[in-house]
Amino acid sequence: MTLHTPSTAAELAAIVTDARAAKTPLAVAGGGTRAGLGRPVQAAATLSTARLSGITLYEPAELVIAAKAGTPLREVTETLAARGQRLPFEPMDHRAIYGATGEPTVGGIAAANVSGPARINLGAARDSMIGLKFVNGLGEDVKSGGRVMKNVTGLDLVKALAGSHGTLAVFHEVCFKVLPVAEGERTLVITGLPIAKAVAALSAALGSPFEPTGAAHVPASGNEAARTLIRIEGFAASLAYRTDALAKLLAPFGAVSVIDGDEGRALWAGIRDAALFAGTDEAVWRISAPPSAAPALAERLAPLAPRMLMDWGGGLVWAGVSAEGDAGAKPIHAAAKAAGGYATLIRAPETVRGAVDVFAPPAGPAMALQQRIKASFDPDGILNPGRMYRGM
Amino acid sequence: MAIAFPAPRADVLAKRDRVIAALKAIVPGEGVITEENERRAFETDALTSYRRIPMVVVLPETTEQVAAIMALCHAEGVPVVARGAGTSLCGGSIPQEDAVVLGVAKMNRVLDVNFSDRTMRVQAGITNLAISGEVAHAGFFYAPDPSSQLACTIAGNVAMNSGGAHCLKYGVTANNILGLKLVTVEGEIVEIGGGALDAPGYDLIGLLVGSEGQLGVVTEVTVRILRQAEGARPVLFGFREIAAAGKTVADIIGAGIIPVAIEYMDREAIHICEAFAKAGYPLDVEAMLIIEVEGSDAEMDAMLARIVEIARRHDVAVVKESKSAMETAAIWKGRKSAFGATGRVADYICMDGTIPTGRLPEVLEGIDRIVKGYGLRVANVFHAGDGNLHPLVMFNVNDPAEQVKAEHAGEDILRLCVAVGGCLTGEHGVGIEKRDLMREQFTEVDLLQQTRIKTALDPKWILNPAKVFPLDAPRDEAPRAAA
Repeated sequence: MTLHTPSTAAELAAIVTDARAAKTPLAVAGGGTRAGLGRPVQAAATLSTARLSGITLYEPAELVIAAKAGTPLREVTETLAARGQRLPFEPMDHRAIYGATGEPTVGGIAAANVSGPARINLGAARDSMIGLKFVNGLGEDVKSGGRVMKNVTGLDLVKALAGSHGTLAVFHEVCFKVLPVAEGERTLVITGLPIAKAVAALSAALGSPFEPTGAAHVPASGNEAARTLIRIEGFAASLAYRTDALAKLLAPFGAVSVIDGDEGRALWAGIRDAALFAGTDEAVWRISAPPSAAPALAERLAPLAPRMLMDWGGGLVWAGVSAEGDAGAKPIHAAAKAAGGYATLIRAPETVRGAVDVFAPPAGPAMALQQRIKASFDPDGILNPGRMYRGM
Repeated sequence: MAIAFPAPRADVLAKRDRVIAALKAIVPGEGVITEENERRAFETDALTSYRRIPMVVVLPETTEQVAAIMALCHAEGVPVVARGAGTSLCGGSIPQEDAVVLGVAKMNRVLDVNFSDRTMRVQAGITNLAISGEVAHAGFFYAPDPSSQLACTIAGNVAMNSGGAHCLKYGVTANNILGLKLVTVEGEIVEIGGGALDAPGYDLIGLLVGSEGQLGVVTEVTVRILRQAEGARPVLFGFREIAAAGKTVADIIGAGIIPVAIEYMDREAIHICEAFAKAGYPLDVEAMLIIEVEGSDAEMDAMLARIVEIARRHDVAVVKESKSAMETAAIWKGRKSAFGATGRVADYICMDGTIPTGRLPEVLEGIDRIVKGYGLRVANVFHAGDGNLHPLVMFNVNDPAEQVKAEHAGEDILRLCVAVGGCLTGEHGVGIEKRDLMREQFTEVDLLQQTRIKTALDPKWILNPAKVFPLDAPRDEAPRAAA
């Protein structure tokens, strides 16, 4: 298979233009750590952003950083950390569940709208993305947004493209707004709660004035008791005060213990990365639904999914099911829909991903709108054809 | 008049009687407004120097009626200008003589409040403040707070991706919307998102929010509601030098402190607002910051101590903390009434560019130079934390030459914003006002990608015509077919 590795936007545009003229679709790749996400793409060539690399702008006092799409995420996070800053959305590292090597890239994070536990308070990748430069399926080099935090000039193509999985455009530069790293963080833990009580406790915490940046539940498994986790961040005096206030608020649900330091950070990294499923051979589903639907959803999934993990106050449910057959696609899509949400098959053998709905198709006329969007960026279906939806 | 309106299409005007009859069949009773003196109430918005009386106004009460209206207008090729409360500062809802104004003001009910999921579903015509009012008893609120929040609707907020003084911490409309009920230009009803944090497929909510009525009509909105902080306290900081205020803002953010709001007012704005609101603003300073922090009393004390220390490093002349809820209300009343208070002393046009905050001192000097060059006055109120500027260029509306000068000054200011790395509009939208400046910020290809989406979702370009895109913007003849 041909591998294209452009090092400038102009080269990138030329490659897409040529591919369109030759009617040969391109598979789009960043660091390759999320290659297992999505339906298999049939393409004659791969277009890698690896050589489009480097931070192009960093203004700590303006809370803004921009980097070329192939820049390793690590380079961005380390640059930010050196000035006490971070990406607000705490992007998940998919290497744990895919057993992948390589380095996640800035473009990959943007293309998959990769977020983590902090999303519940600080938004998803799409909420921090303020500017994007990209080449569409016509080989045109286009920009949207910019480098300032508030910008409503013209249509917001940045959000339309966040999470488009390389099917609308190939990004070559992404600009994010960033936040200071909090002085400290603490995690409050309640053990032994059944799911319904856990979600109620998380809801109480998220409905408090104490601004949790993490609200997760790890159900009981084997000898391990269930753990309900609430993370708060801030300066020392604030953390002490909020810990006490939250412990009082949560007292009806059970005794609260506190974790901080490296232990807390490792705990949340595990939740962020769905590390529960690292190294296993289950298929892994990600279900996004209203938090209050989580208990009923979990009950319905239980016969299929022996192991689950909940984040975002119950609004994100990870479920591990047998990878046999259709990996539970029909009942899981149905359960997600009944809960008022939708499911995505994050990990499964390629044969399964080629056969089932990996991404839930939006209902009825919403799908027609999706097709119109696709056609207005990539009318000839050159970029990552079929990655999200069959024939699109 | 500097901003051109396309000539009304005779073929559309010729259909007026038929369209009115069809609209009356869809919306019974007084929902179809045909008399000229009543239509006149819809001829402009907050960009009052431009106005056109629409062909007819329709005020539907249900999504199904909206869908039938859209199907009718699409079939007839009649332009549709969707309207919330008509508070747009950029002329985003100014009609034209051959257009149907579709007002959503009668659709203003709360449909569902869910405190467990912290969401609320409302009809699009509800006012911004009424959303917060509905849940205030439980200590919750809807975060984006544009200054016009008493009047403006969530429909308009969604269309313009409205911000407000507190979006430094809480984000703008796009960050606070989970679901939309959209009526397409063809009259199809589409549910997008809902109670979950994200929705399947491409981010249509992200695309629709801020699309200025170009892509469809929104009839219902699911918003995130948040728990109010335990307390909030604004503090006034007065500076003898403008640059010191700018440096204070940069150092606060550089120190890792993100207040809820950092608002900047210059001498002119301080005096205008103080005369109106009696907020206790210092009158003998060149620049003032309103910095608001939130939390418990002890938390606010601790955070303010650090902010005050930074301000003192830059020779702050006045530090004045709010000591009561009444003082807090007065401080914000002064700021939020800046536009109205300025309107009492002069006519003005309000610019809305955003700049990289590090360029603030030179941009302030540049604005001063530009406005003086036209022999005009300016009052500056900014959301300083995120670089969103609102220079109010004052003029006399009865002097046409002065109005032209003010418009030119405004355009020069926006060019300066773009030149230093910023944008034309941070929260008000493009509308008709900045339509012809889009090429300052975008290339032909950038515009073409935007107009392709417009063509894909509104093939006849009947939705809110002559807004956002220059009249001669590049566009495809027809939607691209999917491969």
